[in-house]
Amino acid sequence: MIKKALKTWLLWELVLGLALTGRYMFQKKITVEYPEEKTPLSPRFRGLHALRRYESGEERCIACKLCEVICPAVAILIESAERDDGSRRTTRYDIDFSKCIYCGLCQEACPVDAIVETQEFEYATETRDGLYYTKDMLLAVGDRNEKQIAANLAADARYS
Amino acid sequence: MSGWDMAAQAGIWALEILAITVPVALGVAYITYFERRVIGWVQVRKGCNRVGWAGLLQPLADGLKLVLKETIIPTTANKYLFIAAPIISLMPALVAFAVVPFGETTLFGLWDVMHVMNISNLNVGLLYIMAISSLSIYGVLMAGWASNSKYPFIGAMRATCQMISYEVSMGFGLVTVMMLAGSLNLADIVHAQQGGLLHWYMIPLFPMLIVYFISGCAETARTPFDLVETEELVSGYYTEYSGMWFATFSLAEYAAMILISLMTSILFLGGWYAPIPALDFIPGTVWLLGKTAFLIFVFIWFRATFPRYRYDQMMRLGWKVFLPWTLAWIAVVGIFIYTPGLDSIINFWMPWR
Repeated sequence: MIKKALKTWLLWELVLGLALTGRYMFQKKITVEYPEEKTPLSPRFRGLHALRRYESGEERCIACKLCEVICPAVAILIESAERDDGSRRTTRYDIDFSKCIYCGLCQEACPVDAIVETQEFEYATETRDGLYYTKDMLLAVGDRNEKQIAANLAADARYS
Repeated sequence: MSGWDMAAQAGIWALEILAITVPVALGVAYITYFERRVIGWVQVRKGCNRVGWAGLLQPLADGLKLVLKETIIPTTANKYLFIAAPIISLMPALVAFAVVPFGETTLFGLWDVMHVMNISNLNVGLLYIMAISSLSIYGVLMAGWASNSKYPFIGAMRATCQMISYEVSMGFGLVTVMMLAGSLNLADIVHAQQGGLLHWYMIPLFPMLIVYFISGCAETARTPFDLVETEELVSGYYTEYSGMWFATFSLAEYAAMILISLMTSILFLGGWYAPIPALDFIPGTVWLLGKTAFLIFVFIWFRATFPRYRYDQMMRLGWKVFLPWTLAWIAVVGIFIYTPGLDSIINFWMPWR
C-alpha cells in the first residue's frame, strides 16, 4: 500500500517514461538524408518503365499489345505496322505516367521482356506533358539502365 | 527633474525594454528550433538540419514564411476583436518580464553596490507576475469568441477553464515560497536562497516545485495538457488564424513558457546562485539562464514523452490533487514556522528571521 502510494505521489511511472525517451534521445539516428543518401532498392522495385533491346541493338517489342490489354489504367497506347523486312514492329509506343499506377502487370504480361520497370524514380516534372513518354524516350530509358535491368531480372529470375 | 533628465531616463528604459524583448523574441524562435531537434532525437530522427549550418537558420526561414503569408480574416468574424486578440495575448506575456531579475551586477566594478538586473525592482513582483500572466486568458477568450466558429470557441472555453483552474494551485504554491522568503520582491526571494543547493526552496518545497512546474505546463497549454489545441478541435482557439497573427499567438505561448521556466528557477532553484557557493565566480546570469534553459528542455522532454490528458482528468488533477496538496503544504510550512522547536528546522531556509 505504502509502496503504491509512494509510486503514485513520486510520479514514478512518469519518471520511467522520461527515462525511456531520454535513452532514445542518444540513440543512433536512423534518418536517411535523401538527396545525398538513398535507401537500398529491391530488384523488384517498380519505377519508371523502359523498352529494352537485344544485344544486337534490335528492339525486343513485337507489338503483341498484351501490355496494352492488361494495363488496368489504360496508360499504354500502341500502334503497329509491318516493317520493310516483314517483321511486326510498333510505330508508336506511348506510356502516360500520369495514368500509370506502377502495378507491374505490363512487365508480367510481356512475352519477350521488352517492357520492364526500372529502379529510376526521380523523374518529377513541372508539367503533365513531361510525364507523357513516347517510344523514343522509353527506349532511351532502357538504353541508359540496361545493365541494372539485366542484373535485376537475373536476381529475380529464380523466384518467377 | 529637468526635461533632459526625463529624456535620458526614458531612453534608458527604452534600452532596457529592448534588451529584454529582443532576446525573448530570439529565444522563442530558437526554442521552436530546439524543440524540433529534441523531439526528433527522441524519435530517433535527426530533426531539421537543412537551413544553414545544422539547421540554425530554420527559425528565420519560418518567421519569413509566416510574415509573407496572407492574413485571412473570416467574413463572419468580428474584425477588431479578431486582430486585438493576438496582441492582447502577447502583451501580458512580454510585460511580465519587466520584474524578472536576470542577475546581479556591479557593471564590472563601475558601481559600488550590487544592482539587480531588471527593468523594475517591484516590491510586489510575485503578485504582479501572477496578475499579469492571468491576463493572457483574455486574448485566448477573445480569439475564440471573435472567430465566430465552433472549434475555436470550444478551444477557448477549454483554455480558459484550464488556465483558471491551474492558476489557483499555482498561486497557493507561491504562497509557500512567500512564507519562507518573507517578501514578494523577486530579488529578495532569490537572496533568501543564497548559500548553495541546500538553501534552495526546492528542498523544503519540493512538492510545490512539482505542482508549480506541472501547472506551468497547463498554464502554457504544453503537452500533457495541450487539449486546448487538439486535433479534435482542429487547432483550438487559433484555428482561424493565419500568417503573422498566428505567429503572434505562438510567440505569446513560447514567451509564457520562458517566463514559467524563469520563475521556477528564481522561486525554487536558487535564481542566479550556483549550487555550490564555490562556483559563484561564474556570472549569476549564466546560472539563471542555464537553469531556465534546462527547464525549457524539460518542457520539451515532457512533450516528447507524455500523451495528453482527457479534459475531465485534467480538471480532476487541478482541483482534486494539486489544490489539496498546495493547501496542505501551506499548513505544513505554517506549522513549522510557528511551532517552537520545529521553527529551528525551517529557519535554515529563512535567513531573514
